[in-house]
Amino acid sequence: MGASHRHQHGFSRRGFLVASLSAAGGLALGIRPAWAEGAAELGPWIVIDPDDSITIRVAKAEMGQGVLTALPMIVAEELACDWSKVRSEYAPAGRNLGPDKIYGSMATGGSRSVRGSYEMLQQVGASARARVIAAAAARWQLEPVVCSATGGYVLHQESGRRLSYGILAADAARVKLDREPEIKRPEEFTLAGKPLARLDSRPKTTGQAIFGIDVRLPEMVYAAVALCPVPGGDVKRFDAAEVLRRRGILSVVPVPGGLAVVADRFWRAKEAAAALKVDWDPGLGAGTDSTSFRRAYREALDGPLAIAESRGDARAALAAGKVIEAVYEVPHLAHAPMEPLNCTAWVQPSTVEVWIGTQNADGALLQAARAAGVKPDQVVLHNCMLGGGFGRRAVNDELVQAVTVAKAVGKPVKLLWTREVDMQHDRYRPQAALRCHALLAASGELDALHLQTAVGSIDRSLGRGLPANGIERQAVEGLANQPYEARNLLVECVLKNTHIPVMFWRSVGSSQNAFVVESFIDELAAAAGEDPYRFRRRMLAKQPEFLNVLDTAAEKAGWGTKLPPGRGRGIAIHESFGTIVAEVVEVAVSAKGEVHVDRLVAAVDCGHVINPRLVEMQIESGAIYGLTAALGDAITIKGGAVEQTNFDTYPILRMADAPRIETHLVLSRGRRWGGIGEPGTPPAAPAVCNAIYAATGKRIRALPISDTDLTGRT
Amino acid sequence: MIAVSINGERRRLDVEPETPLLWVLRDELGLTGTKYGCGIGQCGACTVHLNGDATRSCQVQIGDMNGAKIVTIEGLSANGDHPVQRAWVEHDVPQCGYCQSGQIMSAAALLKRKPDPTDQDIDQSIDNICRCGTYPRIRLAIHRAAELAKG
Repeated sequence: MGASHRHQHGFSRRGFLVASLSAAGGLALGIRPAWAEGAAELGPWIVIDPDDSITIRVAKAEMGQGVLTALPMIVAEELACDWSKVRSEYAPAGRNLGPDKIYGSMATGGSRSVRGSYEMLQQVGASARARVIAAAAARWQLEPVVCSATGGYVLHQESGRRLSYGILAADAARVKLDREPEIKRPEEFTLAGKPLARLDSRPKTTGQAIFGIDVRLPEMVYAAVALCPVPGGDVKRFDAAEVLRRRGILSVVPVPGGLAVVADRFWRAKEAAAALKVDWDPGLGAGTDSTSFRRAYREALDGPLAIAESRGDARAALAAGKVIEAVYEVPHLAHAPMEPLNCTAWVQPSTVEVWIGTQNADGALLQAARAAGVKPDQVVLHNCMLGGGFGRRAVNDELVQAVTVAKAVGKPVKLLWTREVDMQHDRYRPQAALRCHALLAASGELDALHLQTAVGSIDRSLGRGLPANGIERQAVEGLANQPYEARNLLVECVLKNTHIPVMFWRSVGSSQNAFVVESFIDELAAAAGEDPYRFRRRMLAKQPEFLNVLDTAAEKAGWGTKLPPGRGRGIAIHESFGTIVAEVVEVAVSAKGEVHVDRLVAAVDCGHVINPRLVEMQIESGAIYGLTAALGDAITIKGGAVEQTNFDTYPILRMADAPRIETHLVLSRGRRWGGIGEPGTPPAAPAVCNAIYAATGKRIRALPISDTDLTGRT
Repeated sequence: MIAVSINGERRRLDVEPETPLLWVLRDELGLTGTKYGCGIGQCGACTVHLNGDATRSCQVQIGDMNGAKIVTIEGLSANGDHPVQRAWVEHDVPQCGYCQSGQIMSAAALLKRKPDPTDQDIDQSIDNICRCGTYPRIRLAIHRAAELAKG
């Protein structure tokens, strides 16, 4: 089982296109050296070279969250190898086609990569370790039980003999185990849990990391697209005569929703695409705008709605007292990953190759097969580094376009969306309106809480249809499971779509639901005349894990200490993807109404941690992603089309705007294994809005914050 | 024909003079470390050194570059060991990594001007966009690079 075995599975050895990383930093990302003579594959996940270097395959997509480091750490924990000799590379999606799905699901989302695969990856490592030990024992004619493994060697303590994994690998590859070895409990981890350095930092500082956009093939041509400005629309007629006379322009090819201009250079294709004369048929979205959507979502709250969660009789309880009511609104949001969507495709007579940064390698491979009209096993998918994903790269519209064009032109084609296309043809975080009612008992307890949401259905937008009961999980996550003690609780939902496609956006439903619940809880605290942290503590009295996280954030942030005028402190806590995060934010609001977030203190309970350094990075990342959107971002619609085009109209937080961030881990261990890519995002918006309230007395009920005039409030 | 020096090498280019430097680097010369992010000079992913200054390569036309000296991320150091690159690795700055070539080129230019930048200098000079929110680590790494540069 050496290199030839790997070949049989259609695993391309086209060295320059495979992502490969080394702990020692000696290998550039994207440049895979030729397989060393005698390298052995121990199952689909692990390759051991004679020089003892170990390649661990990763079946998830690296989009910044650190899977190329964290997942190999889990395998290495059991493998008992030398971490400095570990490199990681993407598992090939083509090998995952069989009914046994050897790599499990390669879809990367829902903050699931570690918590969804740690046991499987531990088993992979433990199994390989047992096989290396068996191979050594056989050479020494000993029972495996008297041998042990550590640091990349198998030892026989008694005789002092040892053999390295590199020497044993070929034998180990032939070992069949009678039964699978036991895996460690998290308390027994020695490597996992350490703040190890990322394996991908070095190639990402030299320009050598290969993102989808960087793929270059012999004879490759480039494509730029002109898509109907109104999503769902298409081409009525077009005139390509002028652009086809331009230097380097090769052809104009229809693609779903528009046209692709093919040229020998991207710049020429892009300029020609902008100059194409096209009459568009705008389709069903023609003439719509955000103002009418806003009205429609608010009106939808008047019913009928489906019940997502109900305890006691909230309606009856609310009818009996002085109800506190608030309506909140959130806009569509773009993912805007730094690398605009792109895909390189090459359709040959018997094979189709695609190079793309995708969050969904399994799905992308099938999508390519369908678009090219071939069988899945004829497709070779090369996953690249992702220049950001945030949910956008889970459905690859750009891949279908690239394959369509590649089929038409018979050459490798790199199809690249401009930033403008990327922003105007995203699948957005849904717009929503939410209404909250509550009744506080004279005793200070929450007598009734009634939460309603009207929001776009992601399932429906993705063509999965509307759920029969009118509720989808992502619409009510963070609402139906809100943690506060209420004697009577009612959570309702109505799903309502427009022609604007909607999708998973970092933290999904929690991105709006945390804003609403945590802002409203703050309103209730104010109504009760109570400190917002103390109020939350009281309502969370039966939730020790929440209390630990909340207390840690409050304490580390110096909650209750005095701030100068014009400044305010806000707190929010939210559980998403199995992880509880509390954030305390300090803002300064100037007399001109400008908001600056100075400091953010996060406390996190994700149960267990594989690499605390990666966790910290993800909390910082998620919080800044949430702050960016909350402070100034909205995708708005006019005439059916998205109005924002680029970063000048969809502003992104920059260095000067970024807060100091501290992250504190409060790990409850036990059965909790929470995700980490997304949970930092939800508390950011409510924490900053609550801080603005503390500073100014102005309650923000519609995002982004920049839509509210705070002039002269401080 | 337009003649420029790129990473110390003389290159003669036959392209339309209005072609942005960015696309010449990426598609004519295969220097893909310089990234496209917005095309309107907003994000800084395409930052290179033009005659020593941090410059957004999507905003300059190759026709104006005759005789210019251009350095890209590939030419910043021989072995990826510029103090800024070393500091970036030490602090694990990159997440997705896409914007980092531009961030590093901006930081290297800042340190050349101000070998010991204050936080305020960093706020004023580094305005590249990072969607992963690596700003806190970029700040730390710039201070660290300043130390490393002093030796």
